[in-house]
Amino acid sequence: MGEFLQQLINGIQIGSIYALIALGYTMVYGILRLINFAHADIFMVGAYMGFFLGPVMTKIFGSAFLPTIIAAMLVCGLLGFVMEKLAYRPLRYKSRLSALITALGVSMFLENFCSMPRVFSPAFLKFPDLIVARNIPIPGNLGLNVSNVLLLDVSVSVILMVLLFWFVNKTLIGKQMRAVSFDKATASLMGINIDVVISTAFIVGPALAGAGGILYGTTYGMLASPFLGTWPGIKAFIAAVLGGIGNIPGAVLGAYIMGISEAFATSVNSNLGYGIAFAILIGILLVRPSGLLGKFMPEKV
Amino acid sequence: MLLEVRNIDVYYGSIRALNNVSFTVDKGEIVTIIGANGAGKSTTLRAISGIVRAKSGNILYEGTDITHIPPHLIARMGISHVPEGRGIFGNLTVQENLDVALSSVRDKRTAGPNQDKVFSLFPRLKERRRQVAGTLSGGEQQMLAVGRGLMQNNPFILLDEPSMGLSPVLVEEIFGIIVEINRLGKTVLLVEQNAFKALSIAHRGYVLETGSLVLAGTATELRDNADIKKAYLGG
Repeated sequence: MGEFLQQLINGIQIGSIYALIALGYTMVYGILRLINFAHADIFMVGAYMGFFLGPVMTKIFGSAFLPTIIAAMLVCGLLGFVMEKLAYRPLRYKSRLSALITALGVSMFLENFCSMPRVFSPAFLKFPDLIVARNIPIPGNLGLNVSNVLLLDVSVSVILMVLLFWFVNKTLIGKQMRAVSFDKATASLMGINIDVVISTAFIVGPALAGAGGILYGTTYGMLASPFLGTWPGIKAFIAAVLGGIGNIPGAVLGAYIMGISEAFATSVNSNLGYGIAFAILIGILLVRPSGLLGKFMPEKV
Repeated sequence: MLLEVRNIDVYYGSIRALNNVSFTVDKGEIVTIIGANGAGKSTTLRAISGIVRAKSGNILYEGTDITHIPPHLIARMGISHVPEGRGIFGNLTVQENLDVALSSVRDKRTAGPNQDKVFSLFPRLKERRRQVAGTLSGGEQQMLAVGRGLMQNNPFILLDEPSMGLSPVLVEEIFGIIVEINRLGKTVLLVEQNAFKALSIAHRGYVLETGSLVLAGTATELRDNADIKKAYLGG
């Protein structure tokens, strides 16, 4: 029982980080039908922002976590905005394959550029302690291991997700985003500036990934290399597909399912932890290709 | 003159959809463009609202050349386009569909009164405001499409096949509302396959055939024209 609960808790923790990444994949896909492969690398940049800005923020503000996560979100939001403007906008009316290949190119560029010694360097880095990790005693004798970092991961993710739901459902720009994802031509007849909506998606999604990067660094305490976004990126992408890509609640649901099943699989065998993601992907594509909450949308001609 | 279309050509790829089309709409009129399926009626409206581009020719709205202005700015300049097939945002609620239409409105204080007007014309929408628009019936969706156009409070409204797929009773109702909208001071450009109904409420009309305008006249002239009778009015 204790073991089961412990894995469930671990799964929710990692699922929270996947959710923050998956939301960016799904938002961009919902609007542009583009899989932004570089999204995982924005997450990576967010994590490195923690490394570089964390100590600075500690000096300025005394406490590091909140200012660092906000700074990382701003940097990643800006990066997303610039990326769309430079790499994707010129291809807006070209074939979708061109944009997809470009996304791969942007991803490789970010990974390799950031690996240069004078940028982030390819070295293994210790992530600064943005908060002091400590265990929280849990009453009862199940032997549960719960830390304040875990609570931080889950609460920060939930707060950001609530803010996102509010943004998408209640603000005019959020409603515009949903309208654009449904029908771009009609949306423009409503007076919606499509470019502004697309830019917004490319700011908000990356900002969430940036926050995810800070949580990732805080949780694991180290940064392996600028390629560190690859695995979390793949898993978050599969989570978005599992929930129904383009569907925002779906991405959250998929991410938690992914995180929890990964935690259980890893407790059996660590390789199984990696494999389970693909088993889930194959399963969902066989049984319900549109995802758990996704609707089947025939291609419009 | 509110709208002046001068010699426009529109292509889809290499296929010419409109061939040297020219016409005008005056302030306060209901003008209709009638014609068979595929004649280019919808394309004409799309060219005006900027969704498709004229390859040559010009479109002037209140004397300003809008031929190359993007659609969201044309909507903000005063032209509402209720598209063919309604173009409802099926993933949004009725209320959100109306809210989104306000994107073209600079002065958001007019939103409340506008919405009251829309709800008084279409009480049905008020009842269903929290419902997801994709689950509305065809008639309700058409009301929402027109209501959304009216939310923008633009002086000029383009209507594309508002009677399509509606029962005779609803067709009656929607045409009654078009007359009402016109009486409230809006200029209407109406595209219809239902030529008889369109000519019964319009002041003037044009006949479009395979991309070219072949006939123009007052609604009465067109209704009495023998060729029109034979081709579009069923006898």
